[in-house]
Amino acid sequence: MKLLGYLSELTIPLIIFYIVGYGLLQKKQVYEYFISGAEEGLRVVLRILPTLVGLMVGVGILRASGFLDFLGVLLGRAAGSLGISAELIPVILVRMFSSSAATGLCLDIFKEYGPDSLLGRTVSIMMSSTETIFYTMSVYFMAVKVKKTRYTLAGALLATLAGVAASVFLAGKMG
Amino acid sequence: MLNYLWAGMLLVGIAYGAFTGNLAQVSEAALESAGEAVTLCISMVGVMALWTGLMHTARESGLMGQLTRMARPAVRWLFPDIPAGHEAQEHITANVIANILGLGWAATPSGLKAMEALGRLEDSRRREGRSQVPEGAASNEMCNFLILNISSLQLIPVTIIVYRSQYGSVDPTAIIGPAMAATACSTAAGILYMKIRGRRKRT
Repeated sequence: MKLLGYLSELTIPLIIFYIVGYGLLQKKQVYEYFISGAEEGLRVVLRILPTLVGLMVGVGILRASGFLDFLGVLLGRAAGSLGISAELIPVILVRMFSSSAATGLCLDIFKEYGPDSLLGRTVSIMMSSTETIFYTMSVYFMAVKVKKTRYTLAGALLATLAGVAASVFLAGKMG
Repeated sequence: MLNYLWAGMLLVGIAYGAFTGNLAQVSEAALESAGEAVTLCISMVGVMALWTGLMHTARESGLMGQLTRMARPAVRWLFPDIPAGHEAQEHITANVIANILGLGWAATPSGLKAMEALGRLEDSRRREGRSQVPEGAASNEMCNFLILNISSLQLIPVTIIVYRSQYGSVDPTAIIGPAMAATACSTAAGILYMKIRGRRKRT
C-alpha cells in the first residue's frame, strides 16, 4: 500500500517534470506552449458540456423514476439463477451510464458488506476493469458528429461483459 | 443509435415515473442533473487546461513524437489502415498512455483530437473514393478506437484502492492483481472483436 501510494503520488509530478524538463533541454518556449495549449482545455470542456448535460439528465430521470431499481430487481432474479449476486446487477447497469453514480453504489456495497467481502471484492475489480460505455460514446461521437456508430456498441458491450465475468470469477478465487 | 438510446432513457424514465407516482422526483432530478453537469464541467476546467497545456508542450517540443515512434508497432497492429506518420497516431498514443496511467481528464482532449483526425482521414478516403462508410457513420478506426477506450486500459485502479482503505479494508491493494487480469480480459475481448469486425474489405 505504501509503495503504491508513493507511486501514484509520483505519477503527476513526474509527468510534469518530464514534459517541462524535456522541452527546456530542447531549448523550447515551454511557457508559451503551455499557455496556448491550456486555452484549448476550455474549448474541450465547452464542447463536452452539452453532451454531459444531456446524459446526466437522462441518467437522473431514469434513477429518480425508480426504473433502474426495477430493472435491477428484474435482472437480479435472472442473475441469481446464474450464481451472480443480485446486488451486483444495479452496479453493472449504472456503470455503463455514469461513473459517479456507479461509484456511489459501489460505496453503498462497501458500507453494507465491507470492501473485503466477496461482493466488495467483486465490485472493486469490476469498477477497475470496465468503463462508462454511453458517456464515452456520446462525448467522442457527438464531437465528430457521427450518428451511425456501427459495431462500437456491440464491441463495447462484449468487452464490458468479459470484464464483469472475469471480475466475478477472480473475486471468487481470491477468497 | 445514441439518438434512440437517449430518447429512450428520457421517455421510459418519465413514463415509469408517472406509473409509479415518482413524477415530482423525476422533475427535480431533471433540473438538478442539468445543474450538476455544469458544476462538474466548471470543476474540471482547471485540470483540463493543465493537461491540454502540458500535452501541447509535449507535442511542440517533440516529446510526443518520440513516444509515438516508440508506440508505433502497437498502434500499427491495432490500426493497420492508418497511414504511417498520420496525425491520428500521435493522438491515439497520447490517449492510450493517459488511460493506462489512469489520468481520465488527460485522456479526453487527446481522445477528441484522435476522433477528429480519424474523421479527416475518412474524409480524404471519401474524396479518393476508397471509403467504405457514408458520411455521418463511424469509420472502422473510430469504432475500434472507442472499443479500445471502453475496454478499460487503466493499470492501477487508484481511486478504488483509496475508497477500499477508507471503508476499512484490511488489504486495499489485494485487488490490483485481479483487476489487472480482469482489465486484460476485457481489453483482449474488445481487441478480438474489433480485429474480426474491423477488417477492411480488400478490393
